[in-house]
Amino acid sequence: MSQKLLLSAEDLRIILFRLACQLKETHGDFAQTLLVGIQPRGVRLAERLLQILHQEYKVANAQLSKLDITFFRDDFRRGDKVLNANINSMEVGVEGKRIVLIDDVLYTGRSIRAALTAIDSYGRPEEIQLLTLIDRRFSRHLPIQPDFCGRQVDAIQNERVVVCWEEEDNEDAVYLVNK
Amino acid sequence: MSKLSVKHLLGIKYLNEADIRLIFETATQFKEVINRPIKKVPSLRDITIANLFFENSTRTKLSFELAQKRLSADVINFAASMSSLKKGETLIDTVNNILSMKVDMVVMRHASAGAASFLAQHVDATIINAGDGAHEHPTQALLDTFSIQERLGDVAGKKVVIIGDILHSRVALSNIFALQKLGAEVKVCGPKTLIPKHITSLGVTVETDVKKALLWCDVANVLRVQFERMSASYFPSNREYTAFYGITKPMLDALGKEIVIMHPGPINRGVELSSEVVDSNQSIILDQVENGVAVRMAVLYLLAANK
Repeated sequence: MSQKLLLSAEDLRIILFRLACQLKETHGDFAQTLLVGIQPRGVRLAERLLQILHQEYKVANAQLSKLDITFFRDDFRRGDKVLNANINSMEVGVEGKRIVLIDDVLYTGRSIRAALTAIDSYGRPEEIQLLTLIDRRFSRHLPIQPDFCGRQVDAIQNERVVVCWEEEDNEDAVYLVNK
Repeated sequence: MSKLSVKHLLGIKYLNEADIRLIFETATQFKEVINRPIKKVPSLRDITIANLFFENSTRTKLSFELAQKRLSADVINFAASMSSLKKGETLIDTVNNILSMKVDMVVMRHASAGAASFLAQHVDATIINAGDGAHEHPTQALLDTFSIQERLGDVAGKKVVIIGDILHSRVALSNIFALQKLGAEVKVCGPKTLIPKHITSLGVTVETDVKKALLWCDVANVLRVQFERMSASYFPSNREYTAFYGITKPMLDALGKEIVIMHPGPINRGVELSSEVVDSNQSIILDQVENGVAVRMAVLYLLAANK
């Protein structure tokens, strides 16, 4: 198994600041906006963005919910994997809100499709946008594209993009791993 | 990724502690789902489930059916009272006929102990036991222990007394297995005539004085007196049963501690529990009912994943 560094900690820091800045540019004071991190890996990214929005850009209104999509996935019973659920934390209502869905890697688009259905069960948002750190273009199974994107990556099928976070993996980095 | 160690849910006896914990974790997520504005997820949309109730049931059947619908499964219901069983068809023939209609899972209640195991050996579908005679009622025990965990934080180390008609109760046996697997201490309490002779071989203790039992326990799971299963007189009269084993508010107040009261339903109000106890804050009877749907969703989901 070989791996190649795609983004260093410094690259990642710059990208996170840019994404937070783009969010502020689009959503202003966040009065009608709700960030929704997809469990489990999207939540870490969303927490980092939230931290920057609160501390660096002083957007006090920015709020984060955590969405688990396990029960909405389309590959249940289709592989050997049992899909175990994570915690949902959707205390803030989505009705009429501008939602920004946040995930670390956009690949086939199937997780996002599941997330769109899952969000629906909490109410009818005004609009839903998508933010991903990595966009693996040319790999999509569904017509889904990000509105905010950290870095586009061209990777082939047997490569995997791994996003590491200091909090869990002891470093901030993104690797391209050969399976 | 964890999964259940079993392909069918025939009884708590066949589950291990990790299975029960996995069911609880999954049920916690489903409890959140059933409190959303839209209480439905698409997980089992390609699965058909037959509910075969050869014995009457209200809440178990409703609870299973609701759980199945919340998971988007297709559901067919079968009640023995309106079926060809009356015309002499055997159990296997009835079930195989239903399975020919492409059914993936069968939820069955039957008056004979072992009926679910029998079915699991002879038909090609996932079987869930919804009560077999006086043997097991696994989903009831799962929702009972889940409710204890929810109220008290954990089941391990807790003292639970099961009070009433132990002899005719499948709830009692399944509860004993589930509570012990999760590390609780179990006592049974009731008139001697309603306590099976060799019950202590399961590692439970026996108490005939309900006041002593209440004083000992953290949780009292009070069973219904099953008049319909009694072929002989096990106690002189209802009034006498209530006088000796009925639980009242003054009795609970006199304990000097707050214990949790549970009941699998349907309650004979004024017989095993006074109305005041049923409606008090100590009673988690309605939580049990809500948790029943979430726990059954978890069981269905995890078994479907184990195809």
